[in-house]
Amino acid sequence: MTDAAVTLDIDAIAEAGRKAKGKRPQFFEMEESERLMGILMAVVEELAVTRERLDTVERLLEASGGLNREAIDSFHPSAEQARERGLMHQEYIARVMRVLQQEREALEEAQRRGPDKPLEQVSEELGNS
Amino acid sequence: MEDRQVPPAYDEVGQHGVFPQANHDERARFNFLANLNGYLASQVLPGVATAYEARAKPRFAEHHGHEPQTRKEVRACMEADGYYQSWSSIRRNTMEMRQQAGRSLVLRQINDINERAHALNKNDSNLQLDDSVKVPHYVSAVDIHCMPGCYYTELAPGDVSVGANYDCGLFVTTGGMLGRYSDGGGQALANWLKEQYEAGFRPRRVLDIGCTVGHNIVPVAQAFPDTEIVAVDIGAPVLRYAHARAKSLGVNNITFRQANAEALDYEDGSFDLIITCMFLHETSAKALPKILAETQRLLADGGKVLHIEQPQYGEDMPLFEQFMRDWDTFNNNEPFWGAMHDMDLFEQMADAGFDRDKMSILGLAAVVDESIFPAAANDDTEDYGRKPAWHVYVACK
Repeated sequence: MTDAAVTLDIDAIAEAGRKAKGKRPQFFEMEESERLMGILMAVVEELAVTRERLDTVERLLEASGGLNREAIDSFHPSAEQARERGLMHQEYIARVMRVLQQEREALEEAQRRGPDKPLEQVSEELGNS
Repeated sequence: MEDRQVPPAYDEVGQHGVFPQANHDERARFNFLANLNGYLASQVLPGVATAYEARAKPRFAEHHGHEPQTRKEVRACMEADGYYQSWSSIRRNTMEMRQQAGRSLVLRQINDINERAHALNKNDSNLQLDDSVKVPHYVSAVDIHCMPGCYYTELAPGDVSVGANYDCGLFVTTGGMLGRYSDGGGQALANWLKEQYEAGFRPRRVLDIGCTVGHNIVPVAQAFPDTEIVAVDIGAPVLRYAHARAKSLGVNNITFRQANAEALDYEDGSFDLIITCMFLHETSAKALPKILAETQRLLADGGKVLHIEQPQYGEDMPLFEQFMRDWDTFNNNEPFWGAMHDMDLFEQMADAGFDRDKMSILGLAAVVDESIFPAAANDDTEDYGRKPAWHVYVACK
């Protein structure tokens, strides 16, 4: 055995997510559902991690006297603060629901002036005029 | 709320000399996954049973004129059921997430872990590696339990990353039921052997086959420091990790040796006790009889062989339970799981030369520090194959 361990130079982020050898089963009828579930569960996981981290921050702050955690639960915003927070929710919801909002826009546009042309068609038109 | 079972925090997991150091979010990730597995087993899985009884089975009977009569038929009708699909998909994702969580934790500090392992292993004759040992097809066909790199892949010569990844995530699948060092199986074995010792069975040499990171044999070595133990595996990285792990825990009476258990070079009757722990299901129909024949050859007269596994299916096990226990065969890269659990292990052992009259089944559950870790023996959740409560197939010679 040599005197020193071999030093590895790897991309730990890429390596961590490597696929295991073996065909991945498909559980749902559509493979899109499979992908969405995978992404969704990873986001669920990371939200749980963030919540635990926030809990740690609160507990550390409380221990250092910088925060009374009961004050968080008994906090009531002023009217102005409440409005700012309401807007925060609305902005967040708009981001999350963008795909449905844009689909509705497309439906309404189609009703008004016919459906959008496929990009292949627009591309061809611009290439020829 | 008082009555709700909460798994211990990952912070309680034991830190031996080559254990990866988890930061806050890495511990949180394992805490989440342990709780998610608990939720799936206790809250979602019962719905899968209901879906089978209430709609999948009647639907099958309507189409075929009879209820499902084989495990394959149960599988065919359940794979079309939406609730089963969701449970399966999420369960598969938990396995993949656990692997990514373990690997990201290990690989960001791999040079440090490899250095620590190297320092513990250097010039130690208790670690015996052999380049000529080939990885058998049943280990290389797929990455077992979706573990990228399986037990044998090295990212560089001397690497132990697959061992560290396997070890650090054992906590997750069982929600801490394997105890502080994920060694509840080994602790149970050590307790069994103490009872045997009192009764006069006092093995001088012990063989552990398919030892991986050594978590199932180290407690035996700790309980019997004067007993000579040999632990074999085909994977060099897990053996390097196992030896360093054991040594850092103060264990010096195990020789970790790279070898294929289908043909070992020890003399006949070399061991008084031979153990496999959750190993036979990771072999193959061809290899298993060879391994059993080797145990028969290597066991001394008066010796005992123990095979620790989940229960065999057998005719008296309901088809639905067989189907559920078979999930890992197709969905968690355990391709020999189903075929192995269909076998009559006693018949296989008899074919290997053991006396049918000297065989018995022993129930064994992980032994843990119950002030912190949940005891599998007291847990009544049916998770169809994950709980560390086993059947031990025993043969005496």
